[in-house]
Amino acid sequence: MEMFEGIVLTIITAATPLLFAAIGELVTERSGVLNLGVEGMMAVGAVCGFAAAHLTDQPVVAIAAAAAAGALMAALFGVVTLIFVGNQVASGLALTLFGLGLSALIGNAYVGIPGIGLPKLDIPVLTDIPLIGPILFGEDPLTYLAVLLAVGVWWFLFHTRAGLILRAVGDNHVSAHSLGYNVIKVRFLAVMFGGACAGLGGGYLSLVYTPQWTQNMTGGRGWIALALVVFATWLPSRIVIGAVLFGAVSILQLHAQAFGVGIPSQFLSMLPYLTTVVVLVIISRDRTLLRVNTPACLGQSFVPDR
Amino acid sequence: MRIELVRRPNRSRAMAVLSPLVAIALTVIAGFVIFTAVGVDPFRALYIYFIEPLTAMWSVEALIVKAVPIVIIAVGLSLCFYSNTWNIGAEGQLVAGAVAGSALPILFPDIQGPYVMPLMLILGIAGGMAYGAIPAFLKTRFGANEILTSLMLVYVAQLMVDWLARGPWRNPAGHNFPDSRPLDGDQILPVVFGDSVRLNAVFAIVIAVIAWFVLRRTITGFQITVLGQAPRAGAFAGFSHKKMVVLAFLISGGLAGLAGICEVAGPTGMLRTSVSPGYGFTAIIVAFLGRLNPIGIIFAGLLLALSYMGGEGVQIELGMSDQITRVFQGMLLFFVLACDTFIFYRVRIARTPAAGAARTEGA
Repeated sequence: MEMFEGIVLTIITAATPLLFAAIGELVTERSGVLNLGVEGMMAVGAVCGFAAAHLTDQPVVAIAAAAAAGALMAALFGVVTLIFVGNQVASGLALTLFGLGLSALIGNAYVGIPGIGLPKLDIPVLTDIPLIGPILFGEDPLTYLAVLLAVGVWWFLFHTRAGLILRAVGDNHVSAHSLGYNVIKVRFLAVMFGGACAGLGGGYLSLVYTPQWTQNMTGGRGWIALALVVFATWLPSRIVIGAVLFGAVSILQLHAQAFGVGIPSQFLSMLPYLTTVVVLVIISRDRTLLRVNTPACLGQSFVPDR
Repeated sequence: MRIELVRRPNRSRAMAVLSPLVAIALTVIAGFVIFTAVGVDPFRALYIYFIEPLTAMWSVEALIVKAVPIVIIAVGLSLCFYSNTWNIGAEGQLVAGAVAGSALPILFPDIQGPYVMPLMLILGIAGGMAYGAIPAFLKTRFGANEILTSLMLVYVAQLMVDWLARGPWRNPAGHNFPDSRPLDGDQILPVVFGDSVRLNAVFAIVIAVIAWFVLRRTITGFQITVLGQAPRAGAFAGFSHKKMVVLAFLISGGLAGLAGICEVAGPTGMLRTSVSPGYGFTAIIVAFLGRLNPIGIIFAGLLLALSYMGGEGVQIELGMSDQITRVFQGMLLFFVLACDTFIFYRVRIARTPAAGAARTEGA
């Protein structure tokens, strides 16, 4: 029983950074922008969150720093792709390269220093309930924030006017522009939001998941988050399911290694990546399912005609 | 006052040549800022980064050695990007080629003779092609996004070579180092220039020239261009998009595989846990910086090789992380993409408020 509880708890911690990054990228893509720089934004968020924690000892400042760093990185991407209408795919790759390099450069001074970690929630009676207590009421605050964010994004996209405008911009930027909406501004905000979320995901890695800084600690999670958005067919509820699924795969892989299953560890480490490929294939087979929700202008640049 | 982009009637030839140069200049300026921010003397750092590698014969040779695999891969990728196919997994195809090609000398250590090197090269190309075929197949058969699948397969390939080098292919006489047996004799590419520039440098030039010829002078090149720039027009002309995706992946994968086996049979001389310092990703930048033009790619490849040398230089002499290389590479690609805008657009600074704003004021 306790082992089951432990596994569920670790799955949730593995799912949280993916949830942050994927929910942010979902908003970005819903506005019609494909930002492949998630991995880079996460890395910079991770190192800035860690550095801020180290310098101030304030968890709140650290979390804010991680989000701000991600948003700043995204703004860079926004300038290149939205104002200078650069190719989005290539710009996203540039952002990832730049972010991974920059994070290593900043993080050079923080290698080997223990992090602060975040206190877990502890509500006297509720958290003590066996099994569901620790799972529902004993997580770290960022996990709750991630779930709240997912719910908030769902509500924003499908139940507010602003969300409707954002989706309209992503589905048909020419019409949205003719109706008088500022396509570039909407997209820029969506990109910045996506960056802040990716930064939070990165911050979660260096503050909670493994409270330390190591180079390349994002380990491809940014790319998995991108795949999650496709997996979820651009729907927030499915992002949550997908994040838990991928969290489970990466944790089961670790558990299998710990139990010394007779398979070389490298093959087990391949699992999250192979799962991503398989899941993408399964989702992509159903063209109609994808076509319903895919933002029609995804990845297309927009220059207003004057 | 506001700044607007206005489409040019024709693409600007002057900007097409100028934009990479402007991008390089901006990268150097940004580098100046970064070095200053980190607290090192920016003039000294920039000298070490960009000039010093060009001042000694051995380092110029090292530069060429690094540029060769990048150019070979980038030529293949430029065909991909021309046809609007996004192969981001060249790094994985490079590893697959290295593994497939080195299987021969590692499994048959005593094999020697004039046929060994051609066989290794063919196996390397085949390995890269086969690995590149996976995302192409998943794309054409199931519609799976090739960007994500090809990238995921990079991680898989890297874990695979890590396992091989630590496990079954480890050198039994290697004091437990995670390396394969060193290759020797006919299993190593011959040196053609100086002390370290090997036969693959010749491959790089020949491949670039062939690619230039194919793109500009053959019907296949025309099809690639049309399908990439105007997919609907291409479809009406009866060109198959699916075939083009497969072709682009096979060519770029094969060339990445060739670059991979040439690394193992060249500079490293054995299979290690990692085959390249990210040449497959650097090649993406080179393809863009070289304007997707095979001849431009040669120059861009040399420049990006310089960024590796410079990164090593500042690491040794100033104690900075060699990851500064990635920072420079990322910035360079950013600036190239932003500057490319001015090939198709010009900037207009409008002194009057925009039409929309004027209406609101009038109302």
